[in-house]
Amino acid sequence: MSQSLYLQVVNLLSALLLLIAFAMLSQRRVVGLITLFAWQGLALALSTTIVAYSTGQHHLYYSAALTVGLKVIAMPWFFFRLIRQLDAHREVETLFNVPTTMLVGIVLVVFAFNLAQPISQMSGTVTRSILGIAMASVLLSFLMMITRTKAIPQVIGFLAMENGLFLAATSATYGMPLVVELGVALDVLVGVLILGIFFFHIRETFDSLDLKHMESLKER
Amino acid sequence: MTIGILIQIAQTLLAVLLAPLLMGWVNQCRAWLQGRSAPPILQPYRTLIKLFHKDAIVAHGATPLLRFAPYVFFGCMALAAGIVPMVANDLPFSPAADVIALVGVFALARVFMALAAMDIGTSFGTLGARREMLVAFLAEPALLMVVFTASFVANSTQLTTIVEALAHRAFAIYPSLAFAGVAFWMVAMAENARIPVDNPTTHLELTMIHEAMILEYSGRHLALIEWAVALKLFTYSALGLALFMPWGIAETGNFAAMPLAVLALLVKLAAGGFALATIETFLAKWRLFRVPEFLGTAFLLGVLAMLVHLLLEV
Amino acid sequence: MEFYWLLGIPLVGSLMLAAMGSHRRAPEVNAAFSFATFLAAAWLTARIVAEGPRVVGAAWFFIDSFNVFLVALTAFVAFTTALFSRPYMRIEQEHGKLTPQRLRMFHASYQLFIFAMLLALTTNNMGILWVAMEGATLATVLLVSLYRTPASLEAAWKYFILCGVGIAQALFGTILLYFAAEKLLGEGGMALSWVHLNEVKTDLDPVVLQLAFVFLLVGYGTKVGLAPLHNWLPDAHAEGPTPVSAVLSGLLLNVALYAVMRCKVLVDGALGTELAGNLMMGFGLLSVVVAAFLIKRQTDVKRMFAYSSIEHMGLVTFAFGMGGAVASFAGLLHMTMHSLTKSAIFFAVGHATQSAGTQVMDGIRGLIKTNPTIGWGLMLGTLAILGMPPFGVFASEFLIITTAMHEHPWATPFLLTALGVAFAAIFGRVQPMVFGETELKRLPYQPALAPVFIHLVLVLMLGLFIPPYLADWYRQAAQLLGG
Repeated sequence: MSQSLYLQVVNLLSALLLLIAFAMLSQRRVVGLITLFAWQGLALALSTTIVAYSTGQHHLYYSAALTVGLKVIAMPWFFFRLIRQLDAHREVETLFNVPTTMLVGIVLVVFAFNLAQPISQMSGTVTRSILGIAMASVLLSFLMMITRTKAIPQVIGFLAMENGLFLAATSATYGMPLVVELGVALDVLVGVLILGIFFFHIRETFDSLDLKHMESLKER
Repeated sequence: MTIGILIQIAQTLLAVLLAPLLMGWVNQCRAWLQGRSAPPILQPYRTLIKLFHKDAIVAHGATPLLRFAPYVFFGCMALAAGIVPMVANDLPFSPAADVIALVGVFALARVFMALAAMDIGTSFGTLGARREMLVAFLAEPALLMVVFTASFVANSTQLTTIVEALAHRAFAIYPSLAFAGVAFWMVAMAENARIPVDNPTTHLELTMIHEAMILEYSGRHLALIEWAVALKLFTYSALGLALFMPWGIAETGNFAAMPLAVLALLVKLAAGGFALATIETFLAKWRLFRVPEFLGTAFLLGVLAMLVHLLLEV
Repeated sequence: MEFYWLLGIPLVGSLMLAAMGSHRRAPEVNAAFSFATFLAAAWLTARIVAEGPRVVGAAWFFIDSFNVFLVALTAFVAFTTALFSRPYMRIEQEHGKLTPQRLRMFHASYQLFIFAMLLALTTNNMGILWVAMEGATLATVLLVSLYRTPASLEAAWKYFILCGVGIAQALFGTILLYFAAEKLLGEGGMALSWVHLNEVKTDLDPVVLQLAFVFLLVGYGTKVGLAPLHNWLPDAHAEGPTPVSAVLSGLLLNVALYAVMRCKVLVDGALGTELAGNLMMGFGLLSVVVAAFLIKRQTDVKRMFAYSSIEHMGLVTFAFGMGGAVASFAGLLHMTMHSLTKSAIFFAVGHATQSAGTQVMDGIRGLIKTNPTIGWGLMLGTLAILGMPPFGVFASEFLIITTAMHEHPWATPFLLTALGVAFAAIFGRVQPMVFGETELKRLPYQPALAPVFIHLVLVLMLGLFIPPYLADWYRQAAQLLGG
């Protein structure tokens, strides 16, 4: 396959990642959210693998493997187990209705693309325009975190944000140095483990994972 | 030129004649998937023949609009079928209307149907017309976004040019078209009154949209409408194929490829029909109030497609 | 060599304290490890001051006068906090607020937190800096929720999520930085090495760096507690155990600001404009004003001092934003003074709340009668943090404000108003806590107040006289910050 075809596939996958970010924004069920998160991880891993193969950057294979291991298999499994144990199957509650959120999302995408435009026009790596997509999906996940009122969707938003960041790191710049990537992955892993512990504490104390109970510490 | 006209006529005829077959195929697939015994694949033709043989009864107080509308509807659909490249690209008729005009042709047909439905003043007709216009009002911008994206990719709003560009240019993946494709599918579902927006087989008055509009029709009028509905589905499918999977459509002046193109079209339509039936089987009809959300998402995808095109592919 | 001791001791300490379990002597071991870390830091500082900046460990670490100063400060406050926590946590355990398992977690996480901060300070790699900052957050999340009360869980959740989001922005900034640097320095680890970046900073692409700095400032700024990203800070400080509040306020905020400064040096070089400085001044000033007016409304003593931390970090950010030798010098001095004073205050407050059984200020009265040493500690600490002469905070605030008057006169009214409001609010609150009438009883045990007075004496000393070598050292550091 020619170089440009790889590039196109990477572009397609990153666009897919953005699409999934949107789908997550509109998703109403926790289970669906977790599944979408896993798919997003897969898209990320595939695009990383292709970048690794087409540029011969072998350390990106580790990155892809890490993504598959952590974000496609381990974390969704962990979350599924968690919602089974915590019996948190219910719907995702949002602060605003979904269409409004989506409109805000579109505005964010325009904003991110606009911001990334000058960078895309600079010469550099061929996949540079992916920076815009990565930024857009980071912002979308951010939006999702803001608009969700339950703990698990918020965390998934956080992890999806990390996906966007990884896309920026692997596809736009051909990967950060491996040490940094390992460090980031370690942080994410530890973070999720801590969260797992945390969920149980919240559940024990509040009898629910609804963050509405956690609004006593407001500035009055 | 004369050959072009011949091709044009042949293609339009092909569409008009094959349209009920596609409908029959979709119904058959649906029956299989739902574990029912399927009606014969030619059933839509039989229905049409039966309806043509019946007398058309028109309500008292109906204006000529009511009689007139089915012909306009059918005519618009036939015209649309002539514009969309299905098997060949040199259609002398096609420059008459670009994609935007095509959207206009669909709108024209819809306006006549809605007016006719309100003509007698029955409550169901009005209700159906209002709902139809709601759906159309939301679906049209989304459809326009989709065709704009395709036009951006091909640098033209002429369907023939778009197909030429996409089918015969060096192979390339367009992420924007992937988004647009999903949006187009959603719009097509809404425009053709399929699940999840409307249920084509429903007879429950409160939930139906399209069926409520045509309750007053009978005989040859109803036959024409049914036929036009089938033709609309066919044309939409062909439009989708032309925009997103144009491979196989014969190049300009390449007559040898024509039989192959017809075969490709049939295979693609069969696959598309099966996919449609599958989707309809797995989805439930949504409440009417969620239709705006559905079409809003389609619009959003269309916008996203355009944005992605501007970022990634320029 | 001493450098590896510096990083190795807290790491080993963490593992050992985790393995030791809820041993009776665990608090002493914790203090011992902290002391050893402090010794290593002192040794390292002496070497750096004598021999100048150097790169260690295959260019993975880099130490100059700027970060060695923070290393020394961090190790020192960590040590005194460990001393303070030894009796304090034991009492909390006797009060039934803690179980031995949680105490074990406290000790292990505490050492890990120190390790992460020292790593963040000494690393040469901007990526590792990010990893270490995130590590420092993770190490303290479960410490904030150590009491497992609903409020503490909420605070920890907020802390985790907000800092997580913030730090994610910082990662994006780091990626952009790498994106810009990779073209000049090639792929691989060296492209994120600060020393290398510093050499080529003028050639870095300004468009990318501009964007990168915005993300980095927002990201690390969240951890500094800059308004409007400060929401997590008062909650985490108020609901966590007091030693944690002390190190969060006294150390973590500094380290986050350190990360911002490292980025600012690069961005200034690449842009050649005042953009980074102006942004920092804006955020700093906003934080000072917002915090001052929020202080007035607090009823919880630890929350009030947490807002005071936001105010002071805003002031330091503002000073660094102004740039120039004097302002940077003042910023560094204020950073030191704030760390020492604020941790001393938290120590005193910790014992005061233990004696009153509440953190609500209306419930704490007449400390001077029941527990005179605590009362005096709190009073002196408060006077110091409010910038009364002769304490060191006065000197640094005076320097910052005079520089601001000179270079950015428009900002001075805001600064003076905010400082005045904060003064009135805090003093008005603390005065009855120390001198009011009370029926509270004396603490039945000896409070650990040595750290309070050590800190306050240091602050007083530095207010009266900055030893020439120390002033020299600050000046060197200020120079590095673009003075």
